[in-house]
Amino acid sequence: MNATMRYLTTTDLTIGYRQPTGQNILFERLNLSLSAGQMICFMGPNGAGKSSLLRALAGLQKPLAGTIRIEGGGKTENIPTQVAVVLTDRIYGLNLTVEEIVAFGRYPYLGWNIRLSKEDEEKIQAAIEQIHLQPLLRKKLYQLSDGQLQMTMIARALAQDTPVILLDEPTAHLDLNNRVEIMDLLLKLTRDTGKAVLLATHELDLALQTADLIWLTGKNRNILTGLPEDLVLNGSFDEIFDLKGFDLKTGKVRHHPFRNVAIQLAGAGAEYLWTKNALERNGFGIAHDQQEISVTLTGDPLPLRWVIKRKDGVNEADSIESLLKLLEQTIAARHP
Amino acid sequence: MQGRRTARWTTLFLALIALFALDLSLGSVSIPLSEIGRILLTGEGTQKVWEQIVWDFRMTKALTCLLAGGALAVAGLQMQTLFRNALAGPDVLGLSSGASLAVSLIFMSPFAGSGFLSATNPVLVSLAASMGSAGVLIVMLAVATKLHDNVSLLIVGLMVGAAASSVVSVLQYLSRAEEMQIYILWTFGSIGGLNWIEIKILLVILMAGVAIAFAHIKSLNAWLLGDHYAQSVGINTRRSRMLIILSASLLTGGVTAFCGPIAFVGLAVPHLTKLLIKSENHKTLIPAVLMAGGALLLFCDIIARLPGSAYVLPVNALTALIGAPVVIWVIIRNKAMRMP
Repeated sequence: MNATMRYLTTTDLTIGYRQPTGQNILFERLNLSLSAGQMICFMGPNGAGKSSLLRALAGLQKPLAGTIRIEGGGKTENIPTQVAVVLTDRIYGLNLTVEEIVAFGRYPYLGWNIRLSKEDEEKIQAAIEQIHLQPLLRKKLYQLSDGQLQMTMIARALAQDTPVILLDEPTAHLDLNNRVEIMDLLLKLTRDTGKAVLLATHELDLALQTADLIWLTGKNRNILTGLPEDLVLNGSFDEIFDLKGFDLKTGKVRHHPFRNVAIQLAGAGAEYLWTKNALERNGFGIAHDQQEISVTLTGDPLPLRWVIKRKDGVNEADSIESLLKLLEQTIAARHP
Repeated sequence: MQGRRTARWTTLFLALIALFALDLSLGSVSIPLSEIGRILLTGEGTQKVWEQIVWDFRMTKALTCLLAGGALAVAGLQMQTLFRNALAGPDVLGLSSGASLAVSLIFMSPFAGSGFLSATNPVLVSLAASMGSAGVLIVMLAVATKLHDNVSLLIVGLMVGAAASSVVSVLQYLSRAEEMQIYILWTFGSIGGLNWIEIKILLVILMAGVAIAFAHIKSLNAWLLGDHYAQSVGINTRRSRMLIILSASLLTGGVTAFCGPIAFVGLAVPHLTKLLIKSENHKTLIPAVLMAGGALLLFCDIIARLPGSAYVLPVNALTALIGAPVVIWVIIRNKAMRMP
């Protein structure tokens, strides 16, 4: 498989809606491409037109201008063998089983009487195994959780056996575990099978950690593309999302040290990070140089303890909760 | 799993056969069962009258029930799938209303109330009903090319139907009691009134409709995923929508033209069938609703003759009686299912 193979290329693509009052343009003159083995996250605020662009790329919505070239999909009829989609549309057939839904992926290859060939059966089976859906095969749609439904729809897209998969917010409404699982799975797909995956998502943190490339909706009906790290450092995300109180460069919510008390914190590892987090959340400043109060993490010998040193004495806490209580008392004693 | 499925199909098939046989055996003239069997197999009976009764009255009626029930059920199934609405039926396209309007114009408009346009001419009535249905069909197809979403189409269909019904009401208000009675008798349906030639014409129309339905099992299945998904797996949604509407129109229009408006069969049968045959696959569902629709209308016809052998109740009144509880049940069940 050629890693630089461009599966999908747009030329001066303009999309939007025709309205009685004129055109409502969402994106203008886009020149983008999707290459083999790429995982691209498409990000932007709500209402920017991410879903519309995905639909246009999948041939489900006519562009206002420009072209979309799909490798091997010259005619519109051929697009379903080249591009599979996972959308946010609600499904009406509540009595459909998971197996039946996955089988829909083979429809582009079937005749009017929808008889599955041996190859079709194998592709369906492979997709089911890839997503680990075996325990759910006979479950009906209305019995599935949101996450299971999403997994089923992804399996359906896999069964379609296309080089390109477009997903519209596949992780919306899912818990962290499911979100990570889906992102991992999609990333693995691009690595193992060379598929190109484009997903619209709001999961900033997950996208930054998994995407090869980010498409970011710009302010002028354009799309900025770049590596996630570059877009973070050049401030593009801050500008587009208008981030409030969240420092993308550190990946943390910004806290205001309202207590005007700095604490010298010493320690290492995850324990250090979470202690710092708790202190900052409670309005303490964190310092590395000499301060009036210092907290030292020590786990040697176990158990883990927080040692608080002041001018007038030493205390020990066995949890972050008790650490915070002791600090409160210390400050209260100091400023009566 | 496979065994249970076979058992269910067998049940459906046997029920259909049994109801068909029962329908043949019931009537104001009592003919022994053995005699009916002989007439069916050999074409000859001990009495010439019995032959006539079995072939030209009971057989035509039973066959009409079978055809009309099956056709309406397939039309209803297609509408429920296409419009993704459990309460859609063949009448949502306004076809029955179109037929009613045409027939009421013939019966009740002052300029056509007498003379050669007499109500005793059933061919004329059929013709008028067909033209009424076809008129609405053309309007709906034209609207379908303009409107690309199904909900709008559904609403337009209901509005066309409502407008037609309104005109019928006005005509009823303006017409005399006798004319109105003739029209109302037509709305009660005339399942028993078809002769063999009419049945053959109906059969051809319905076969065309069912053939189109069978040709669209793939796209009907895909409609269950919604139009975007359907398109993404290679369904030409625009053409598919047109042909499904055409199929449902042929089926509904044909039946309404020959048998009068028959309510609720098209709405209720798909739900009843899905209770028995637990599938969403139209490859399975279309043959199943064909059989179940025929069976239900035969059942209604049998009930219509039970109260007293002399009286025959209008079948159309009974279909609603059986259909209404089903609709209520569907609403309650869907509510329960959608609520997490």
